[in-house]
Amino acid sequence: MGIFKVLRSWPVARQIAAGDATALDGTAVSERTAELRARTVAADRAVQSVCPYCAVGCGQKVYVKDGRIMDIEGDEDSPISRGRLCPKGAATFQLVTGDHRVHHCLYRRPGGKDWELIPLEKAMDLVAERVRDTRDRTWEQKDHKRKDVQRTLGIAHLGGATLDDEENYLLKKLYTALGIVQVENQARI
Amino acid sequence: MIVIQGSNMAECHPVGFQWVMEAKERGATVIHVDPRFTRTSAMADVHVPIRAGTDIAFLGGIIRYILENDRCFKEYVVHYTNATHVIGEGFRDTEDLGGLFSGWDPAKRDYETASWQYEGVGGEIPAAGHKETVPSDSQAEVRGSHVTDIERDETLQHPRCVYQILRRHYARYTPELVAEICGTTPDLIVRVAEELCRNSGRERTGAFCYAVGWTQHSVGVQYIRAASIIQLLLGNVGRPGGGILALRGHASIQGSTDIPTLFNLLPGYIPMAHALQADFDAYMKTNTAGAGFWANFPAYFVSLMRAWFDEHANRENDWCFHWLPAVTGDHSHMTTVADMADGKLEGYFVMGENPAAGSMNGALQRKGLQKLKWLVVRDFQLTETAEFWRTSPEVVAGDVDPEDIETEVFFFPAAAHTEKDGTFTNTQRLLQWHHKAVEPPGDCRSDLDFVYKLGKRLKRLYAVSREPKDRPIQALTWDYPTHGPRHEPSAEAVLREINGWRVADGKPLAAYTELKDDGSTVCGCWIYCGCFKDGVNQTARRRPGREQSWVAPEWGWAWPDNRRMLYNRASADPSGRPWSSRKAYVWWDEARRQWSGHDTPDFVKDRPPSYRPRKDQTGVDALSGIDPFIMQADGKGWLFAPDGVLDGPLPTHYEPQESVIENLLYPQQCNPRRLEWNRKDNPYHFAYADPRFPYVVTTYRLTEHHTAGSMTRWLSWLSELMPEMFCEVSPELAAERGLRHGGWATISTARGQIEARVLVTRRLRPLTMRGRTFHQIGLPYHWSYTGRVRGDAANDLIAFVADPNVHIQESKALTANIAPGRLSRRRYAAFRGPPKRPRRVEPPPRDLAGISSAHGRQPRQEEWKKE
Repeated sequence: MGIFKVLRSWPVARQIAAGDATALDGTAVSERTAELRARTVAADRAVQSVCPYCAVGCGQKVYVKDGRIMDIEGDEDSPISRGRLCPKGAATFQLVTGDHRVHHCLYRRPGGKDWELIPLEKAMDLVAERVRDTRDRTWEQKDHKRKDVQRTLGIAHLGGATLDDEENYLLKKLYTALGIVQVENQARI
Repeated sequence: MIVIQGSNMAECHPVGFQWVMEAKERGATVIHVDPRFTRTSAMADVHVPIRAGTDIAFLGGIIRYILENDRCFKEYVVHYTNATHVIGEGFRDTEDLGGLFSGWDPAKRDYETASWQYEGVGGEIPAAGHKETVPSDSQAEVRGSHVTDIERDETLQHPRCVYQILRRHYARYTPELVAEICGTTPDLIVRVAEELCRNSGRERTGAFCYAVGWTQHSVGVQYIRAASIIQLLLGNVGRPGGGILALRGHASIQGSTDIPTLFNLLPGYIPMAHALQADFDAYMKTNTAGAGFWANFPAYFVSLMRAWFDEHANRENDWCFHWLPAVTGDHSHMTTVADMADGKLEGYFVMGENPAAGSMNGALQRKGLQKLKWLVVRDFQLTETAEFWRTSPEVVAGDVDPEDIETEVFFFPAAAHTEKDGTFTNTQRLLQWHHKAVEPPGDCRSDLDFVYKLGKRLKRLYAVSREPKDRPIQALTWDYPTHGPRHEPSAEAVLREINGWRVADGKPLAAYTELKDDGSTVCGCWIYCGCFKDGVNQTARRRPGREQSWVAPEWGWAWPDNRRMLYNRASADPSGRPWSSRKAYVWWDEARRQWSGHDTPDFVKDRPPSYRPRKDQTGVDALSGIDPFIMQADGKGWLFAPDGVLDGPLPTHYEPQESVIENLLYPQQCNPRRLEWNRKDNPYHFAYADPRFPYVVTTYRLTEHHTAGSMTRWLSWLSELMPEMFCEVSPELAAERGLRHGGWATISTARGQIEARVLVTRRLRPLTMRGRTFHQIGLPYHWSYTGRVRGDAANDLIAFVADPNVHIQESKALTANIAPGRLSRRRYAAFRGPPKRPRRVEPPPRDLAGISSAHGRQPRQEEWKKE
């Protein structure tokens, strides 16, 4: 290694050479630092998304590599958030990839003391049957004042407010066609 | 000028708060009014600590200051508000009736609104919202058909004009009395009022920001009404830098109100059918307005029915109106859960929600879940609601045996927002599309996939039925294209239906003004019409903010019609010119004969400012060129609400259901129209001075957690930052009760008990009222019994008691007791009955004598007299 190269690796020497007394002009940057690249550069694609926590609606960029999410960061294009995320928004990566997530349908039978695994399709079939049975059993064509109500008060829904508009639309549409009126969500709370 | 009240914006909406800080750097004054000193207060120019539950008194004090010192924006007030409108002779104010308005019916425990009406119009004038609150099949004609006949006094001197009524109503809200009620000082109230006045007018504007600190009260809607009176008087609505900004708390909570999973609404704020409406004609007559854009209600409704039932809906069968289920009163969350606890329900779908921890009176919620036949929970992990039969405190303590719980529970793992396409509607009405990035793991599915496939199954199950009740499900349009390895329905196809199209050629509609009432248009949500304009998903537009104007109209899509600010006609003066060049936003372009500006004008585009309707004109034609509030029949901002608000035309200070002091303004203690659930499993404290519960409690959020914790308490990163449930108390209260910083405390109400770590801090300070000292306790509500970090749930303390307009609980102001130490066992009224009442102490009344007639009283649906 030549003497000049050794000298150049010394930040003070670079500072003197560049006349950068405060070391704020880049002379303090080491070779290693200069070569560092953000992890996200290796991503196959960045998918634009929206933070799922509060209602500010900060932009997110979801970085995907090999079909897996490798990082989620703020979207600097967003005129709302300009790339920023709060502590919750910055934790979205763990929210969607963390090991807390359950990947299987579970079933608890009446009086049961434990969860049991149940196949998704079977669970869907059972729920559809429960809806039909309860609806048919609790159907109310007229209320006690003999007014037409064509509904069931045997089934209710409570939704969070992180559901998409399209999801809420189909929920309300299906419930209304079934005569289910006790449909509510977080906005009531 | 920005007033933040009922919100801790810096900690709960941190990224939104950057704009407050930017305004401050440019010279704006920031004021924070809140019981606690928070990071928001730290960044504000002024922090005003007030007692939780007294905001209407505080805001009323500001209204009085504006009126008594003649500081309103006169030209704005005269032309754009109903200050000039004369109210009928029969109206009596709370000043005359001890805290009630005229029209109170003790038998119904409700107001008749006939005496609140405008002189000259003959009959009621409809409000823009909440039309469903007045179901009636007896009215002779569409309400608001004669707005052009309203008697007005532009000098504002008529003793019965709204301006003078407002003056009399708030005359006693003096700085001195308001300070007594709020536990603050008169000079702070005057300072805030003066700052607001100084920062309003032609050249300047001010904004209010609020959150659930304003809504979760038994008189919550009137909190926001009080702010709107201030903003209308000061000319701060529809103008840049003005407005009342609701800082909503969830990614699409605005969307779930617009496309409501709510009992009383259909998409686009169209009311559900009510059993009191005898037929289709009565429904249409009740919900159509004689003037303004609600006059086009038939077009909105018919297009929705065409979207849901396609060719089955036609004029001959009243567009399938008779297929819609009818409501008969209150079917809101609390009423439903109370019914559930009484064994009246069989099934419950809970999706991305967690009532066992996140809803009021948690033990009563869990009691309800125990009585179900079946429960479906969809979430990322096993929430408290999914596990109520296994790990709830009452099960762990042995009060309830899981073997006795007959509820069948289905848990479906949910897909994350990164695993599905769809839109969130944020707090500023902006729809933003989020793209699917990866496939969901295992059995995880979107709610869209779940409901679509559940609907498919139910259609199959009912396919062969011949019963009339099954016709709607058979006829329901439910064919959405599917894609991907899991045959998921296309969210974009659903958004296309929400936007709507022309039946003749399938062309997507461009705006709600294209909707027709003859069945020739389809639209799933009229206010979202235009979000798929030109067949392009407008909500997915992402032109970088730095490449467009400060209004950024090409980022996402805002309802309605991509208007970023509502009522923006008011940003120009009556002649159509901006009030000032500094505050220019939308104006009349005389050369092009149309409205123009930085935003889409929220007005009839080619209606000149000089336009005045003829006496006989109705509908949209009845809006004059100086009527910015186009959803109102009279086109004006309502200082006084003749309709649409159930608990009075003007905000009035009532104490919370549970308070520490009597109402210093009126003999009537509480909101007379509040909703109560008088049940053994939901006991209330005394109206005030309950010796068992001497302290005020308010609940709140932290930066690191989200609501009941389902999306945060399972994450190590966030749990590490904020691991443990705690309570905030002042050093004075700590000394009074022997609480040690870092030690344990037990907080109790008649509903339940919780324990928490003690945080002794000057952020909460004792308040002095009537020479006495009162203490407040702050409680975050993020913890419960499952998760990576666990703790007691503040919601176990909260009662079922609600605002009558929106049925939202009072969790921001209640009373409680606090004592040092931990709990060996938690006592819940829902499982072990209410605590004993003290003997020899007569509870003070909540209501004036005679407010409900003993024999004639009709129990409201939400009431069960069990005691």
